[in-house]
Amino acid sequence: MSEMSVKKVLFDPVFTNNPIALQILGICSALAVTTSMELSIVMGLAVCTVTGMSNLLISTIRSQIPSSIRIIVQMTIIASLVIVVDQILKAYAYEISKQLSVFVGLIITNCIVMGRAEAFAMQNSPGISFLDGIGNGLGYMVLLLAVAFFRELLGAGKLFGIEILPTVNDGGWYVPNGLLLLPPSAFFIIGFLIWGLRGWKKEQVEAPDYRMSSHTAREAF
Amino acid sequence: MIEHYLSLFIKAVFVENMALAFFLGMCTFLAISKKIQAAVGLGIAVVVVLAITVPVNNLIYTYLLKEGALAWAGYPDVDLSFLGLLTYIGVIAALVQILEMVLDKYVPDLYNALGVFLPLITVNCAILGASLFMVERDYNFGESVVYGLGAGVGWALAITALAGIREKLKYSDVPEGLRGLGITFITVGLMSLGFMSFSGISL
Repeated sequence: MSEMSVKKVLFDPVFTNNPIALQILGICSALAVTTSMELSIVMGLAVCTVTGMSNLLISTIRSQIPSSIRIIVQMTIIASLVIVVDQILKAYAYEISKQLSVFVGLIITNCIVMGRAEAFAMQNSPGISFLDGIGNGLGYMVLLLAVAFFRELLGAGKLFGIEILPTVNDGGWYVPNGLLLLPPSAFFIIGFLIWGLRGWKKEQVEAPDYRMSSHTAREAF
Repeated sequence: MIEHYLSLFIKAVFVENMALAFFLGMCTFLAISKKIQAAVGLGIAVVVVLAITVPVNNLIYTYLLKEGALAWAGYPDVDLSFLGLLTYIGVIAALVQILEMVLDKYVPDLYNALGVFLPLITVNCAILGASLFMVERDYNFGESVVYGLGAGVGWALAITALAGIREKLKYSDVPEGLRGLGITFITVGLMSLGFMSFSGISL
């Protein structure tokens, strides 16, 4: 990590090093909120804020944190930030906060936040850590939006609650695919998105496969 | 009475399966499901931790945090529920640490078997998620015990099943870009589809 341009730190996590598709981080709270674009944007922004701020704060006090209790310190900072976000959502967007239910709270255990704090903020200066946090939040948001786009468009014929494909129920022609509103479809869509991403950026195919699973061709024979 | 608890348990295990219906604990679920043995170890650890933390958090919520809960201490107007998240995660981290020490001292066999999984559990969203669901659904103490246990068993069941499938799956010829993470996602999707068949059961 010798040369770190602002652009690289900010945009690398979006496609080249996506937290969900490549680092397997933060899938936990991601999938359940992708039934609509609106929820995904709110969730993405919330995660962006929390990762950015937690990276900034942790990086600011990184030389003061004793390494034996750093996890607890990080947890406390992250949990406080999430409480702030949760309260703000409850105050200004109550309906959305009701729909997100426990998933705002679960940002605490979202591995992206923890992972970036541990892997990046503990070693780097506050400014660049903040950008790294925002970048990873963006990567998360982009994937969330991509999943939500398919789920909402094909599952309900809408985007942001505005009708795009008139459904049969409303006198249109589109028969909505109800499966896409159910949990399993999120897994399929992410699986296919990963396939697409890796088909586009071939360099992601080899290395992660050897790291993530030992089933190489040699082993099969 | 027993019937109520039993149906709550079945619901937590199958209908509202933590991993396959709510996507909780996904990171560890996908990362540590390559070997059945490891998956079983992690599953047991999750059951134990969930069965303890959910009731403990329930007590803390009922007697300390809920609006008016501090009436017994003479502060009937205090509402500390905004501190919930911080408290639950603190309780979980502390309990996991204590559990680790107790197991190390008294049941070294189990401690060795669980190994690195115990500390990992702190950041498993299924644990925090169960506590949050418990609060959201207003379970009482008895229900929270049953719910914690059921949620844990459901999660353990799901990860063991996935590990079984992945052990076989490694012999199959998967398209290049889908290998590894991609195909795992699709497998989990199919499993989740299977578990959806329980959702028609009303308990």
